[in-house]
Amino acid sequence: MIEDLIYRLKREIISELDVENMTPEELDPEAPLFGEGGLGLDSIDALEIVVLLDQNYGIKIQASKEGREIFYSIRTIAEYILAHQKK
Amino acid sequence: MKFQDRQVWLDGIVEYVSEVGSVNDLFRSVYRYYHIDYPKFSKMDNLCKLAFLSAEILLQGTDVLQKYPAERIGIILENASSSLEYDRKHLESVNDRNKYFPSPSVFVYTIPNIMVAEIAIRHHVKGENAVFISEQFDPELIYHYVSELFRNQLVSCCLSGWVECYRDHYQSFLFVIEQKDKMKRCKGLQEYVTLNILNVERLFKGKPI
Repeated sequence: MIEDLIYRLKREIISELDVENMTPEELDPEAPLFGEGGLGLDSIDALEIVVLLDQNYGIKIQASKEGREIFYSIRTIAEYILAHQKK
Repeated sequence: MKFQDRQVWLDGIVEYVSEVGSVNDLFRSVYRYYHIDYPKFSKMDNLCKLAFLSAEILLQGTDVLQKYPAERIGIILENASSSLEYDRKHLESVNDRNKYFPSPSVFVYTIPNIMVAEIAIRHHVKGENAVFISEQFDPELIYHYVSELFRNQLVSCCLSGWVECYRDHYQSFLFVIEQKDKMKRCKGLQEYVTLNILNVERLFKGKPI
């Protein structure tokens, strides 16, 4: 189940964040989303992911400290969604 | 440099002509033609893409970034439609209270000054900057404002001009103004010319000086 969710998240992030020249298959779910060595997303992208999680999964991220850990990678986001979506 | 009617002009010569369809495709084709590598380009709105490409093409042909400290390079631009395209887009995203999901990446482009910011970030320029809204290109405003910056010794060099983009209509005209031996001069054609209102207007219209 988590693998399906990861694939869906990859597609949404590529689409919503205008990540060019990359397919879901090429996106490493373990790689850091922000900073060097990762996807190179910025603070506006982080806000966009906050909106995406609210809009598509009904999940609200409130504290920025919490966000850092959740947004580390696509897998950490997927794990957070699975743990919190139906609460 | 000028960019309009699917043509890129630099120093009075057509450098690139594109036949591709949409404005978005056109900007992408120019980006590729000039071998620009800047991943953030794809996230910009079309106004910023146009400003970014225009600055990129113009600055490739000058040494101002090497010659002057970042704090001494200014950017003064004009346009007519401000950031209207993304203002509308943002409005649409907040109009429906049942689907109230404003996009941060849209909202960030709802001020025209963001095009200056994109150029400044790319080239690490930190000098005076402004964007003025005018129905049409106003050479007088550019001349007087930039002259004041030089007179008050706030800049040593200024990237200036017109960057207009709304839906399918786009037009850019950028030139570099430098101060040399107390003479202000501008670059836009093959050689440096004296900066005055008439010359700026002629450069914009592509007329010989």
